[in-house]
Amino acid sequence: MSAWLVALLQALLYPALAPLLVGWVRKVKARLQNRRGASVFQPYADLRKLLVKETRVAHTASELFRVAPYIVFVATWLAAATVPLVALDLPIAAVADIIVLVGLLALARFFLALAGMDAGTAFGGMGASREMLVSALAEPAMLMAVFTLAMTAHSTSLQSVMAHHLADGFLLRPSYLFAFGALVLVALAECGRIPVDNPSTHLELTMVHEAMLLEYSGRHLALMEWAAQIKLLLYGVLIVNVFFPWGVGASFGALALGSGLAVVLLKLLVLGALLAAGETVLAKMRLFRVPGFLNLALLLALLGLLSHVILEVGA
Amino acid sequence: MSETQNRFEWLSEYLVRPSYGWAGERAADPDVLAPARRFLLDPEAWGMAARLAASMGLRHAGLWADPLDAEGEAGVMRVQACLELEGDYLVLETQVPLDRPTIDSHTPTYPGLDRLERHAQDLTGLTFTGHPDGRRWTRHQAWPEDRFPLRCDFPLGGERSARTPADADYPFVRVQGTGVYEIPVGPVHAGIIEPGHFRFQAMGEEVLRLEQRLGYVHKGIEKLAVGRDPAGLARLAGRVSGDSTVAHAWAACQAMERAAGCEVPPRALFLRALMAERERIANHLGDIGAICNDVGFAFALAQCGRLREQWQRRSQALFGHRFMMDVVIPGGVARDLTPEGFQQLRLDHAALHRVIEPLFDVIQDHPSLDDRLMRTGILPAEDARALGCTGYVGKASGQSFDVRRDSPYIPYDQLRVEVPAETAGDVSARVAVRIAEVRASLWMLDRLLDALPEGEVASPFTPPPSGAMGLGIIDGWRGETLCFIRFGSDGRIARYFPRDPSWFTWPALERLILGNIVPDFPVCNKSVNGSYSGGDL
Repeated sequence: MSAWLVALLQALLYPALAPLLVGWVRKVKARLQNRRGASVFQPYADLRKLLVKETRVAHTASELFRVAPYIVFVATWLAAATVPLVALDLPIAAVADIIVLVGLLALARFFLALAGMDAGTAFGGMGASREMLVSALAEPAMLMAVFTLAMTAHSTSLQSVMAHHLADGFLLRPSYLFAFGALVLVALAECGRIPVDNPSTHLELTMVHEAMLLEYSGRHLALMEWAAQIKLLLYGVLIVNVFFPWGVGASFGALALGSGLAVVLLKLLVLGALLAAGETVLAKMRLFRVPGFLNLALLLALLGLLSHVILEVGA
Repeated sequence: MSETQNRFEWLSEYLVRPSYGWAGERAADPDVLAPARRFLLDPEAWGMAARLAASMGLRHAGLWADPLDAEGEAGVMRVQACLELEGDYLVLETQVPLDRPTIDSHTPTYPGLDRLERHAQDLTGLTFTGHPDGRRWTRHQAWPEDRFPLRCDFPLGGERSARTPADADYPFVRVQGTGVYEIPVGPVHAGIIEPGHFRFQAMGEEVLRLEQRLGYVHKGIEKLAVGRDPAGLARLAGRVSGDSTVAHAWAACQAMERAAGCEVPPRALFLRALMAERERIANHLGDIGAICNDVGFAFALAQCGRLREQWQRRSQALFGHRFMMDVVIPGGVARDLTPEGFQQLRLDHAALHRVIEPLFDVIQDHPSLDDRLMRTGILPAEDARALGCTGYVGKASGQSFDVRRDSPYIPYDQLRVEVPAETAGDVSARVAVRIAEVRASLWMLDRLLDALPEGEVASPFTPPPSGAMGLGIIDGWRGETLCFIRFGSDGRIARYFPRDPSWFTWPALERLILGNIVPDFPVCNKSVNGSYSGGDL
């Protein structure tokens, strides 16, 4: 199979699987609360419902408000396409490395925040300002964490990092542990999960991510929510594939790809269940605790970098 | 019973104050509102009476105006205020001419009276001199400024049939300064809650000022009550605030029964108390779960929601309604408890007791929850006292008052009523009070069943003659629920005023939110959980 075809297939898998991960997390959360919960496929039905519903736009909104959902969706999708899901050695590695990934996510967030402020409501502006507070602190921590990995592999390409990790075999590197901790904290903040943000709240005043979407409806809202789901999947794959790359397809054969997909799904199931468990036992933090939380992520990433330089270089 | 002899110890001191010009000689019958004492004052002494009461530590329990224009006493408006100390109630009463109804405001002395006085002004035309805030309150745009719905010349169906315009030009107080911005929230919210508008002035995320604008669910309860028969009034009272239906209906029936001298069978009173405690448990369970959910701890919501649902289904099965609406009727209760229902309740109480203990352990000993709930939304004891907060809001801020214990009515005079007392005044304290009240009510429910008398559940209710008055005081789950009723001719109601405890806890929310951050408002609001409907009337 042609490498580009696999890359395309993988890029399509992201939007196709993203609602399933969200559905799975919600299902596990419901079970942990002794509820039955909706079907794991409910997010697909929600997206379909939003796509066919009428799209209303506030009369105070500008063109930006209409185009932002497409920009956010495409940028998030492209970012996801750079993260190896089922196979390594994809040609996309040559055009997009980790810095592109972070840049694309930043682009999506920039337009999301602008769109939040565009309609001129109090909640949109409030959400945008909080989102910027979170991301201004999360982004450096994220970069620092991926640089730790990049230094080990001597490359900023995610595939090289994974390949390097695979070639090393199971080697417990302290720098990886620190980077892992940092990335998990960043992922929680960036995806708006408890304890940073509550994705299922209806309280406008407490929202971060949802507050920016309050004015959206119909297909615009569907795209925004879909983008958020893809982002969650992206971070999930980043965590499971970079730190636990075993099982990822080494060739482009149907069998290798199939088993690669099965393994990554299994890993995501476990990660989703852990996320749900975490969200069940924790309450949301007070907003002004979030900087401390993300400073911890930055500190972990820095420690990872340091321990790499001190312990691992030349070893 | 020695306690009854010690009642009203402070009253003689209150009345002998030398500067106090009360018209004692005109006090026709001080016991007409028994167990409260009624005293007639000259209108000029109205402000002084409040200042003296405040200096002696009396709590203000509400004020209402009663235009007597339909009664042949044309030209007079009666104004009454209820005060309380050590469980004894005093009703001050005065009369002002209807063509120039003006009286001293109690608000400078008792800040909690602010909205009650503005409400009286909007509905009856009584004006208050010295009131710090002259803006309208209950009146939005449904009737003009010079028309007063509670006067008899105002038609029951309203004067306008056109759609009421939006209430757009209310003059909110604004905070000026660099970096101060305004956040309008509501009256339409994202969740399924009642409508109310909140205007925040915030600096960054810190709240500098919160102003509430309520009245969106004004139903004209007081006007609708005029001309109803006693049974109709009990039904209406049950709809003042749906979650407090037992408390309001009981308060209204108690007032009517006192006015008419109606003897209620003991079994009916026990059943009323049983329902009141069931109402308390159901609402507290719902609130505890909702407070936890507001800080993202959905586990508690799911568990408490399940328990509350089961509890309400039992209410539906035994009393015919999930909220037990329309069961309290004048003279007794509408439904008796069957022997099977009796056994079922026993099993329910034991089952709930088993389930709540581990659940409350989780909620009260959870670092992540403590972090959010402790030191959030602190209502200082001084503010709680100044505003006259009762119920869980008062109890969490050091105001240990409970009608069931301090001014007991049957059957609470035969029960030990445990009143939880917290002093921290934060959200966590209000949760702790609710938890303690659930436990105490559950214990009390079994004692009520133990002592449940046999016999009739209702006695015939004969309406009293025109002019008879009654005051009902019940401890509802939100706190002291007060109700004034005056009968007109033919046994019809001429004046009904229910005073929900929310009148005093809404202003408490405006105070306790100061200095907190905007995203903590929902949990503070939920911990107070004032009734919109109960205050909008």
